[in-house]
Amino acid sequence: MENFTPISALVGGSLIGLSAALLFALNGRLAGISGILAGLMPPARQDATWRVMFVVGLIVGTGVWLAATGRPVVAFDVGWPVIVGGGVLTGIGTRIGAGCTSGHGVCGLARSSPRSLVATVTFVGVGGLTVFIARHVMGV
Amino acid sequence: MARNLVALAAGLIFGLGLAISEMVSPLKVKAFLDVAGDWDPSLILVMGSAVVVSFVAFRLILRRPQPVLDLKFDIPTRRDIDGRLVGGAVVFGVGWGLVGLCPGPALSGLVYGNIESFVFVGAMLVGLAIGPRLVTLIGAPPVASATPG
Repeated sequence: MENFTPISALVGGSLIGLSAALLFALNGRLAGISGILAGLMPPARQDATWRVMFVVGLIVGTGVWLAATGRPVVAFDVGWPVIVGGGVLTGIGTRIGAGCTSGHGVCGLARSSPRSLVATVTFVGVGGLTVFIARHVMGV
Repeated sequence: MARNLVALAAGLIFGLGLAISEMVSPLKVKAFLDVAGDWDPSLILVMGSAVVVSFVAFRLILRRPQPVLDLKFDIPTRRDIDGRLVGGAVVFGVGWGLVGLCPGPALSGLVYGNIESFVFVGAMLVGLAIGPRLVTLIGAPPVASATPG
């Protein structure tokens, strides 16, 4: 557990919660990233602008920290077929399941939604199982 | 206009949080999911602190009849657990475990300029677009069962 980073995890997580609170208090919207993206899928809706602005902010926010600190390092340990397959599955799954780590795992749990609790337990469990099978059974 | 600036600010704070907590790193996320390996429980504290902050904030916010800049709170009302919810979460879980990226970090990680990030996001957008169509396909009555025998 030497790679455990509790302080930065608590600070970063609190900022994510603050972001969700800000968007909800002022705009009445939940900061679920897959939901924000789904609203940009065809047929295009009237409220595309704020969704695009949120995504721009997301990228710039991470960029500011990267520029200031040079951290964290981002690397991948899988090949192209897995990158493509994982991306497609992430898109399909979050659209069908109506949420991702932020929509269900943060906003949904904060709203005490039973659907979000079930979804979060499911994708964390399946994610863990997937890593276990890939790393410890198949050894990739 | 004001709502778009709020969205930009909220995105900025969110992206900053993903970077500081290192959730933008697929290997950091995988280290959390890899309980049998060199386990890194950081993601629990990230999600936990985000939930605690928004749990308290949401309750204070919902004392108001409406959000500051809009007419109503846009909240899902469903409370039933159905196959779509669980099935979608399973499919997402596989994708998340394979690469170590969920939608937020996938987008914010684009700033690194890695080709992998762009390909992943492109594939994810395709998945988001075709998801509803797939459900219709699976939900449609199978042709074979229409004919007896």
